[in-house]
Amino acid sequence: MIVVKDLSVRAGAFSLSGVTFEIPSGAYGVLMGKTGCGKTTLLEALCGLRSARGGKIEVMGRDVTHLKPAERGIGYVPQDRALFTTMTIREHLAFALVLRKWNDADIARRVGELADLLGIAHLLQRKPLGLSGGEAQRVALGRALSCRPGVLILDEPLSALDDETRQEMYALMKIVREQTHVTALHVTHSRSEAQLLGDTLLNLEGGAVVPLQRIDNSVTKPDFAASGPL
Amino acid sequence: MNAPHADMAQPQLIRARSDVPFYVAFGILGSTYVFLIIAMLIADLRFTTGPHLLQALSSPEIRYSIKLSLISCTITTILSLWVGVPLGYLLSRFQFPGKVAVDAILDIPIVLPPLVIGLSLLILFQTPFFRALDTLFPITYAVPSVILAQFSVACAFAVRTMRITFDQINPRGEQVALTLGCSRSQAFWMVVLPEARRGILTAATLAWARSLGEFGPILIFSGATRMRTEVLSTTVFLELSVGNIEAAVAVSLLMIAAAVIVLTLLRVFGSERTFGKAFEP
Repeated sequence: MIVVKDLSVRAGAFSLSGVTFEIPSGAYGVLMGKTGCGKTTLLEALCGLRSARGGKIEVMGRDVTHLKPAERGIGYVPQDRALFTTMTIREHLAFALVLRKWNDADIARRVGELADLLGIAHLLQRKPLGLSGGEAQRVALGRALSCRPGVLILDEPLSALDDETRQEMYALMKIVREQTHVTALHVTHSRSEAQLLGDTLLNLEGGAVVPLQRIDNSVTKPDFAASGPL
Repeated sequence: MNAPHADMAQPQLIRARSDVPFYVAFGILGSTYVFLIIAMLIADLRFTTGPHLLQALSSPEIRYSIKLSLISCTITTILSLWVGVPLGYLLSRFQFPGKVAVDAILDIPIVLPPLVIGLSLLILFQTPFFRALDTLFPITYAVPSVILAQFSVACAFAVRTMRITFDQINPRGEQVALTLGCSRSQAFWMVVLPEARRGILTAATLAWARSLGEFGPILIFSGATRMRTEVLSTTVFLELSVGNIEAAVAVSLLMIAAAVIVLTLLRVFGSERTFGKAFEP
């Protein structure tokens, strides 16, 4: 569960204030908004990478407003994936577990689980250089999910992918959601993506987050061509 | 007389001039400098002979100067990295009061005439605190002064190179590491530093090469005492001053060989982008 109340955050000359929204536990929140409206700034504030000037952020019932990024229990997938160029994919998936001092057997088991879930078992010995966009995205997702965070934050994760890979990723995101029950906040420009994945839709406009229509994905299949403004 | 009107309906074709004069002119202008460098090296090589080199290498003074150069340059390089890596990282990643001033101050050793740096060090050690320090740990006109003189200049190059290196590393990686459970220090050691290894090597070789070529500050701050504060650049000066041109050229060739090795290391292992940008104003 993510609860944001009256949050204010500044990035240089740009600022957001009075941001309030809520994503229930296990829900898949999708945040939309025009380029430059502050989506990434908001995500950075939620992750603790940018300090809040006011307001409150709760993650899974805990007030994390003034906690360090490491203490928030949030998995973060940035827009550019930001994979660690000197590490193998196995090391990416094990990174957070090594920091938490898991034993080798548990790390190996968890890495195996994630690699199977994300379809990257054949990549474990490789380094990020030369991975396709879809593969890099799966690795970034696995790295963020590895220590079982309560909340997953994804900044335009599918924007740079071709149509076929994006369709594969939609299916994968649904599987990840079903298996991990993670609460997600996904930023996207794509209305079809929002309709397909999200069940809590939010729009960031003029510094305020406005809830949009809720869609029950289990009942309706979106008709992209007919989908009106969100 | 009126110029004939162009027929607007027809395609306007043009006969292009030859590009040969362009290539020839630029080639001649550009090759002048390359030729000058090659000519100097060939002249040095032709001036000296094997026996001259062996004679120079057998001199205890020159052997001492080679040893002191290698040791002092290596210590200076380690010290420069010790300072350059954290300072370059702070300048690359954080905004703090006085950052512009710090940035400008770091350019001073690069633009200041080397003799002025030596003189400034000498005057600094005339102040009460540093004079007391000098009494406790002899620095001026002793081996530590050689290292300090080299460090004063070489460190500025190490800082600039490391700053450019960190600028080229995506800060998002460290940010993700922070969300995964790292402290700032862990993110730096586990994520940033391994990615900066080529830049560190470039900074080290640049600092080493700058230290090897340092002369003015060492001459003023350390003196040119044989078997005491004599490094290779001082040897060239001392041998020239007594008219022993053969020995001066032989030692110069040793320095050229060291410079070629360092440049080769840079090209093979270092990042050319970082290397090039370190010299930009």
